[in-house]
Amino acid sequence: MTGPLPVTVVGGYLGAGKTTLVNHLLRNAQGLRIAILVNDFGALAIDADLIEARSEDLISIAGGCICCSFGSDLMGALMKLAQRDPAPDHVLIETSGVAMPDVVARSAALIPAYAIDSVVVLADAETVRARAADRYMGDTITRQLDAADLVVLNRTDLVAAAELEALRRWMAREAPRARLIEAVRAEVPAEAMFGYSHPAVGSGTLASGAIRPAEDAAARYESASFLPDRPMDVEALARALARPECGLVRAKGVLCDADGLLKTLHLAGARFEVRPFPHAGAAATGIACIGLRGRFNRAAIEDALARAAAAAR
Amino acid sequence: MTTIYRAKRILTMNPARPQATHVAVRDGRILGAGSLDELKGWGDYTLDERFAGRILMPGLVEGHSHTMEGTFWRYAYVGYFDRTDPDGRVWPGVGSIDAVVERLKEAGAKLADAEAPIAGWSLDPIYFGGRRCTRHDLDRVSTTRAIGVLHASAHILNVNSRALELAGLLRRGVDHPGVPLGEDGLPTGELKGPEAMMPAGPHVGFDRDILACDELGLRYFARLCVRKGVTTAADLASLLPPDAVDMMQRVTGEADFPVRVVSLRRMLNLAPKDLIARAKELAEASSDRLRLGIVKIVVDGSIQGFSARLSWPGYFNGAPNGLWYVTPEELRAALALALEHGVQIHTHTNGDEATELVLDCMEEALARHPARDHRFTIQHGQLATAAQFRRMKALGMCVNLFPNHHFYWGDQHYSTTVGPERAERMNACATALANGVPLAIHSDAPVTPLGPLFTAWCAVNRLTASGRTLGSEERIGVGDALRTITLGAAYTLKLDQEIGSIECGKRADFAVLEDDPAEIGPGRLKDVRVWGTVQGGRVFPAPPAP
Repeated sequence: MTGPLPVTVVGGYLGAGKTTLVNHLLRNAQGLRIAILVNDFGALAIDADLIEARSEDLISIAGGCICCSFGSDLMGALMKLAQRDPAPDHVLIETSGVAMPDVVARSAALIPAYAIDSVVVLADAETVRARAADRYMGDTITRQLDAADLVVLNRTDLVAAAELEALRRWMAREAPRARLIEAVRAEVPAEAMFGYSHPAVGSGTLASGAIRPAEDAAARYESASFLPDRPMDVEALARALARPECGLVRAKGVLCDADGLLKTLHLAGARFEVRPFPHAGAAATGIACIGLRGRFNRAAIEDALARAAAAAR
Repeated sequence: MTTIYRAKRILTMNPARPQATHVAVRDGRILGAGSLDELKGWGDYTLDERFAGRILMPGLVEGHSHTMEGTFWRYAYVGYFDRTDPDGRVWPGVGSIDAVVERLKEAGAKLADAEAPIAGWSLDPIYFGGRRCTRHDLDRVSTTRAIGVLHASAHILNVNSRALELAGLLRRGVDHPGVPLGEDGLPTGELKGPEAMMPAGPHVGFDRDILACDELGLRYFARLCVRKGVTTAADLASLLPPDAVDMMQRVTGEADFPVRVVSLRRMLNLAPKDLIARAKELAEASSDRLRLGIVKIVVDGSIQGFSARLSWPGYFNGAPNGLWYVTPEELRAALALALEHGVQIHTHTNGDEATELVLDCMEEALARHPARDHRFTIQHGQLATAAQFRRMKALGMCVNLFPNHHFYWGDQHYSTTVGPERAERMNACATALANGVPLAIHSDAPVTPLGPLFTAWCAVNRLTASGRTLGSEERIGVGDALRTITLGAAYTLKLDQEIGSIECGKRADFAVLEDDPAEIGPGRLKDVRVWGTVQGGRVFPAPPAP
């Protein structure tokens, strides 16, 4: 056992692009065995060419991915999933349109086999503001957004530039904690969703460039790896990297803490977690970061690293 | 073969002939109610005098219960109020956490295996002066057994340290809104909501899906029905997978099974199109004693759990508004498809905002698929306003209100959840009747005990546990209340042509009573003693308590 399975919860209202995102991620899984849990298959249309086999509650997908329907029993489905051999690398839960995605994530983490990776909420750039003003659903929409670590603002190609700018300001008010990713057809790089491009991080080797945005996303994202050779206050570093000025969507690394022990650092938008390194022996240290092009702030990241190192002395 | 039963008095609920002394039965149906002379005309008969000193009413109809009330009786009862089990034994209510601990110890003493779990149900710490139950309390029962006690609402589970340990929850760093932590950073043992309950549930003996009813539970439920004069009960609702339907067909089809069960399919796991197709399939599988094909949609949560959706100004204590369990899009699609295909839908709403959403969606669905006599029913509708009752009437909807809430939680509604004014108009039976909305009333057993005569008493008196009359203007008369627990509930289930009154052609379903509910006085309606039932012409005396 290499530690708890990471869980990403994908929330958002009907029509925000959750199914499109799921299909996009399955196409770009890059060798990760992703297990997707959905409320019911009726609401999720997996692209037919991805399906290898299907039974009543399980669809097998090319590349070792699976999709299960959990119906009324998410916890039961998660407990069953944890017993699977081989275990999935990453679990993605697609919530219903009215669920509170942060509560779903925290429920999954009640099971010791799972840890929260991130809470991602999709919003349709064209309709989200009207939905948030809806007499019945308005507060549900804003509560969902406010609970997100990452907000994927989808279909930005369908709104004019001035409207998009107004939308960004509105989003900063409604979901001040979340980091915003803008997307078209829910094309979010798997690296931004899952934080790594192959299971190497889990096995304890982290090399420079472990987060490599796919070619088509390179224009929208920027990434860099840092290989500090000094001990640092990892918790303080994580807190600093989670600040908006660093412009990070994701960061993942193995670092030497002030106490001389190896720690893993995991950051998804506003959420971060520092844990003891799960493997014995030495390992290369380093941290890989990814952010939106134009907001990714290399200087701020370097400053955070320097301060964390100074704090450890 | 015709049997004529003589009774002290028969309250027929047939307005053309409200009272009679005799009822003639052939092949499980009623030939007629009247005098012996009138009924002799049907030919040879046997006169059955066993009800000569008793009162007959139409078999009572429970319009909203859960057969899992039967399942729960295998666990230790730790409710605050006295409650009758399926064998007729009255379990005294427990008035303190110490008494809960004692009751659970007694249950444990009967178990040979020192590690077997103990489960209890119907805990209501709201009556223990605000003191919550913790794992330390339950550790006094046992530290080697896993112990779990389900609250009366069935939405909170209290467990001991051993159960937390088995569930992997006896650790620091647990972060969940349904898992409060103590000063030591460890869970207190209170697990709120199905997700928080799930990891511990199986370890304390609650099956994975505690809402589902098994064979034994169904039999216990039926025995309770006989004790309460119920001959038809709606079970709202379950997922009705094929194996459960097979089991229910088999058990309800047994020659001595005493109750007609109307089991609704919950809208879960299925998109509206598949749901309606499944409902039609289920309707085809119906038998006399198992009626299938109605769909239930849960729209919001509960008022005392602060998960119901309230209109402005929301909760009296300032709690944030509750949760939606369905989107308007799905609700609208399901309602429209159901109207198109002649499938009946019952919607669970507690808050007035949730009721408003259903009315809006129903109005749109009816515009697309105009339908007469659909009888879509608002279930609970506890906070419905007068304006909403008028819309229900205009849209052809029925309502099934929940007056038992006044007795069990009315004081809390008054002081905390919705405040005095709305607490007094909750479950506005008089307004519903005044506006001509077809009305049923229910127990939601096991949330409150099964017993239509008690529910009628609640609607007639509106007394809280502390003795406050909560909204005297919304009280209804005894006659209306008795009609509501027979014909009223039958109408919401589209069974009023078969049951709900004692008249020619209907099923021979009777509640056999020792006291006359029309004579005993409004304040004593709940004290009417039930001898048993007649269901489909078969006589079911309630056996005396052991």
